[in-house]
Amino acid sequence: MKSMAIEVSGLRKSFGKQSVLSGLELSVPAGSVFALLGPNGAGKTTLIHILSTLIAPDGGKVLVGGYNVQTEQELVKQHISLTGQFAAVDEVLSAEENLRMIGRLSGLSSSQSRTRTEELLKAFDLVDAAKKRVKTYSGGMRRRLDLAISLVVDRPVIFLDEPTTGLDTVSRRALWDIISELASQGRTIFLTTQYLEEADQLADQIAVINGGRIVATGSAEQLKARVGGEVIELLNGHDEVIHTVPTTGSIQDISRTLNELVHSVPPGTRVNIRRPSLDDVFVALTTNGKEVL
Amino acid sequence: MIASTKPAKPASMLTTNLVFIGRSLRHSLRNTEALMMAIMLPVMLMLLFTYVFGGAIDSGGDYVNYVVPGIILLCAGFGSSSTAVDVSNDMTNGIIDRFRTMPIKSLSVVTGHVAASLARNLFATAVVIGVALLVGFRPNASFIEWVLAIGVITLFILTFTWLFAAIGLVAGSPAAASGYGFALLFLPYLSSAFVPTDTMPSWLQGVANHQPITPVIETIRGLLTGTPLDNSAWWAVGWCLFILTLAFVWSIFSFRKKAGRR
Ligand SMILES: Nc1ncnc2c1ncn2[C@@H]1O[C@H](COP(=O)(O)OP(=O)(O)O)[C@@H](O)[C@H]1O
Ligand SMILES: [Mg+2]
Repeated sequence: MKSMAIEVSGLRKSFGKQSVLSGLELSVPAGSVFALLGPNGAGKTTLIHILSTLIAPDGGKVLVGGYNVQTEQELVKQHISLTGQFAAVDEVLSAEENLRMIGRLSGLSSSQSRTRTEELLKAFDLVDAAKKRVKTYSGGMRRRLDLAISLVVDRPVIFLDEPTTGLDTVSRRALWDIISELASQGRTIFLTTQYLEEADQLADQIAVINGGRIVATGSAEQLKARVGGEVIELLNGHDEVIHTVPTTGSIQDISRTLNELVHSVPPGTRVNIRRPSLDDVFVALTTNGKEVL
Repeated sequence: MIASTKPAKPASMLTTNLVFIGRSLRHSLRNTEALMMAIMLPVMLMLLFTYVFGGAIDSGGDYVNYVVPGIILLCAGFGSSSTAVDVSNDMTNGIIDRFRTMPIKSLSVVTGHVAASLARNLFATAVVIGVALLVGFRPNASFIEWVLAIGVITLFILTFTWLFAAIGLVAGSPAAASGYGFALLFLPYLSSAFVPTDTMPSWLQGVANHQPITPVIETIRGLLTGTPLDNSAWWAVGWCLFILTLAFVWSIFSFRKKAGRR
């Protein structure tokens, strides 16, 4: 059996009366890239905070690297690195000072810190800005520095909470390349995202979170297959999609679906039938997941 | 290229604290406005009190000698108040989450700010005393009395800094932290800092004589200029240690609580 980098079972967490995670189950094999996909407010950050010892669960069992996040916090902390949803960098210091500081705090000697800082500044394309205060950095530079800081020392499990939210396309692609490189070096990467394309691009395995539980897991292909055969799209006169409905693809189902719709659509509506995209999966799973699955 | 070295073991307590102290000192030096204010404001107040109000206030002697101990405390209180903002900034900025997921004692981030505040304020105090000497302050303290006075000032700075650190930890935002901190800065005005308390209305004398700042000021005044000490030194040290302990415990408590919530 493959060893598990992360194992979660029966995880519950509420804030006051609001239940955010209710009996969440998941496991992530060591060395894989795992994407947690869910809309805003689904509990992704809450889960990452529990996995990285920042907040305590109300119930359930949570193991990271085989260590219990509640009773073996110090061991878990030696095993992980977290890049949070919002850049956690020291704005007053320069990139170089940030990296050296984290190096020293992580147990590197002064000279090791210095060497490591130079390597990372190069790898993350921050050499030119190395001595400038982070306050003056663009969003993309800040995010790269944030990630570089998480990699000052080698940790087997890396958490990335919405690593590319708010970035432009170029910065996003650059970050994807870095994440792929990290993955190819055998680390376990647990990332959250609201973008299906991102999950599709990076992850070996995708889990969709909704209503405090994992409602589906699998590769992008497996998830698409779970929605069923095809998607019926209704288009208006300008070729804009006005409605989509999943269908098994059988003639009976298509005919029944179209019969239901025919009286509620404006005249001039046209029909297109296509393979489902990951977006369809997402919509199906997070709005009426129970019906589709 | 991204592949890296694994540290043999997590950083020691000593390294952790030194790194955070270094970080906070850098922050202090780079926040030039706050640094200038911490030095300029007390100096201006001193000039204001000696040259403008001084003539109108009868303190039973040379007013500059009377007012300098109060200015020193005001300077220390004002200078340490920025700790509330520094701490609150760190707690609301996300960087605290990074520190808390590392195998270190993350409360050291607060200790770093406290140490930097101590350094900053002792420097500002030295400048204030220097300017005071230029405008006619004539202390008659022996070497031992100077050492004791500096000891009391240091204890006072430490006490107020931890108090402001605790305020920074409970405040919801840096702006709120600054607001709460500001309220505390009125305390010196309701003490014997600028006028003898027996010139105040009797109800106010009750407050002024029994609040912690008055014995601290009387102690510094006594040590530096030879006014009677009575037992104000014991009250001063007692008050400081009492508030320091409370502030320290309050800080640890709210650090854990706040940190756990995020
Ligand atoms: N500290 C907190 N106190 C109260 N409610 C919280 C707290 N943190 C998160 N929540 C709530 O929990 C839900 C999930 O939040 P979060 O985990 O941040 O979602 P996501 O990261 O998926 O957008 C949201 O409704 C949010 O308002
Ligand atoms: Mg989030």
